[in-house]
Amino acid sequence: MTAKTLYDKIWDAHLISEDEDGTSLLYIDRHLVHEVTSPQAFEGLRASGRKVHAPDKTIAVPDHNVPTTLDRVDGVVKNEESRIQLEALDKNARDFGVHYYPVDDVRQGVVHIIGPEQGWTLPGMTIVCGDSHTATHGAFGSLAHGIGTSEVEHVLATQTLIQTKSKNMKVEITGKLSAGVTAKDITMTVIGLTGTAGGTGYVIEYCGEAIRDLSMEGRMTVCNMAIEGGARAGLIAPDETTFEYVKGRPHAPKGGLWELAMEAWKNLYTDEDAHFDKVLTIKGEDIAPAVTWGTSPEDVLPITGIVPSPEDFEGGKVDAVKRSLEYMGLTSGMKLTDIQIDTVFVGSCTNGRIEDFRAVADIVKGKKIKEGMRAIVVPGSGLVRAQAEEEGVAQILIDAGFEWRLAGCSMCLAMNPDKLEAGERCAATTNRNFEGRQGRGGRTHLVSPAMAAAAALTGHLTDVRDL
Amino acid sequence: MEKFTKVTGVAAPMPLINIDTDMIIPKLFLKTIKRSGLGKNLFDEMRFNEDGSEISDFVLNQPAYRNAEIIVAGDNFGCGSSREHAPWALLDFGIRVVISTSFADIFFNNCFKNGILPIILPQEDVDKLMDDAGRGANAVVTIDLENQIITGPDGGKIEFTVDAFKKHCLQNGLDDIGLTMQKSDAIDAFEKQYGAETPWV
Repeated sequence: MTAKTLYDKIWDAHLISEDEDGTSLLYIDRHLVHEVTSPQAFEGLRASGRKVHAPDKTIAVPDHNVPTTLDRVDGVVKNEESRIQLEALDKNARDFGVHYYPVDDVRQGVVHIIGPEQGWTLPGMTIVCGDSHTATHGAFGSLAHGIGTSEVEHVLATQTLIQTKSKNMKVEITGKLSAGVTAKDITMTVIGLTGTAGGTGYVIEYCGEAIRDLSMEGRMTVCNMAIEGGARAGLIAPDETTFEYVKGRPHAPKGGLWELAMEAWKNLYTDEDAHFDKVLTIKGEDIAPAVTWGTSPEDVLPITGIVPSPEDFEGGKVDAVKRSLEYMGLTSGMKLTDIQIDTVFVGSCTNGRIEDFRAVADIVKGKKIKEGMRAIVVPGSGLVRAQAEEEGVAQILIDAGFEWRLAGCSMCLAMNPDKLEAGERCAATTNRNFEGRQGRGGRTHLVSPAMAAAAALTGHLTDVRDL
Repeated sequence: MEKFTKVTGVAAPMPLINIDTDMIIPKLFLKTIKRSGLGKNLFDEMRFNEDGSEISDFVLNQPAYRNAEIIVAGDNFGCGSSREHAPWALLDFGIRVVISTSFADIFFNNCFKNGILPIILPQEDVDKLMDDAGRGANAVVTIDLENQIITGPDGGKIEFTVDAFKKHCLQNGLDDIGLTMQKSDAIDAFEKQYGAETPWV
């Protein structure tokens, strides 16, 4: 039998049919739905008189638009368009009978946080959502990726997706990470090396000791940003850490079914001689706390670096860097640690889990954030929020001067009222530093939660290892 | 979906690399529950000042390119989010073809679902077409999907490749949900067997 990668195995297990030209029909195990990319798809179903094929495998939650301020419990969303979109999801979820976590449910949160949290996300599955950061779920050894709204409608109607197979890429992080270096620094460093198009056409499997040593939270952070490197999906083979996390979750299998599932899940690994089309190996000890300086997630440097010059690059990147530096208001040659910050945002599907808030609390405990700093913490779900409160993490953050919000996507993409004004500069634990991403004219530096906490204390980008 | 056979139109040059989906259609315009009407906000932050006035040197604001139907773009066009609002906005503006050395995966797929043809070409061909596109109103380019040939303003021809199934759907304006539903027996059979093997799913 030919040796297979983990991706090959999941693909083969879900393949319904394959045409001569490679066009394939894949079965989809879980379909996650949110309010921004689904209304046109449900409308399409209505127009053609179609039903949702598998409502029991479809999970809907509002996250992108929802306000995260405490007054949202009054049920008033002031932005008319946001309100209409939230109402549309509410109606669609109820009309079509899919699983649904409304805004006032404590289980509501960012779609990629609640899938794993509720046990919808399981090893070996195919998972799709009308959101590029669906890659997050790959941390469980499931093939998970974003789709467009036409494909959302296709999956709703048929529980399948038309696909062509990607190539296999291996990213191995060997050895141990140094103190102060986290999953976020791994994933950003990889994108810095591959570029935002380096993964295009591939599914990445992350492996190696440093990946094995990560918690599920950390693995989700790594896979979450696979899409920023252009990959269709990121994968990490499941192991005891995965099974431990999954066991006992509300929708995870129980009893005999659990035993049966475990039998199958133990085969979810890449065979020894399996072929990868591309391999990248990085030593864990070579990874430093990372930060972006430009307007593309590939504009990554260790915090000890300096702002580069357009002349350091070639081809189309020269003009792109000129434009980035102008947009970011930075001068070539300045130390990254000299960049002054006025806003800190901790949250998002990249870093909105309990471990992320613990990391911030560890650094700011008993301290105060820099005077004048706007620092917002948005938990990824109502349950993460509750857990952080119970553990005392929330109080530490509040005492340090952070705003402690309700769950949602918030300032990661600024579709709700949380956004940057032109010229404001934010250290963000999010995934995209595109122009205008956090608000028109806003300037974003992507960092880990620990690095965001450090910047909140000092008022400038800071090497967390120096604190 | 509108059938795609042959498009002859003005090509607009956008040499910037990594043009992302937030540039193509900023998030404040995603709060719609319709697919139409997004063309007026295409490239909004590059195209308009905050007061709504036009930024005159942006390519699609220049008289020669206001009716462009083709964009010749730098590497990795459409990177970022899965929002189909990006191709909806392009289509609503009138863009039917985007040519680049590379595209982001999800954006590339989304184009085909909306009657837009994304064409991947080697750097030298993109450079040539970028030059052609710089000729303003004279930058008329023809894209012939049937024969997979681009004809430049000087008559020069460039061949391109396109996935056979995607080409078929574009040419016939096919809704692929209908096509998949023709396979409902295979789907049902798969579901039955797979469901028996993996009852926890």
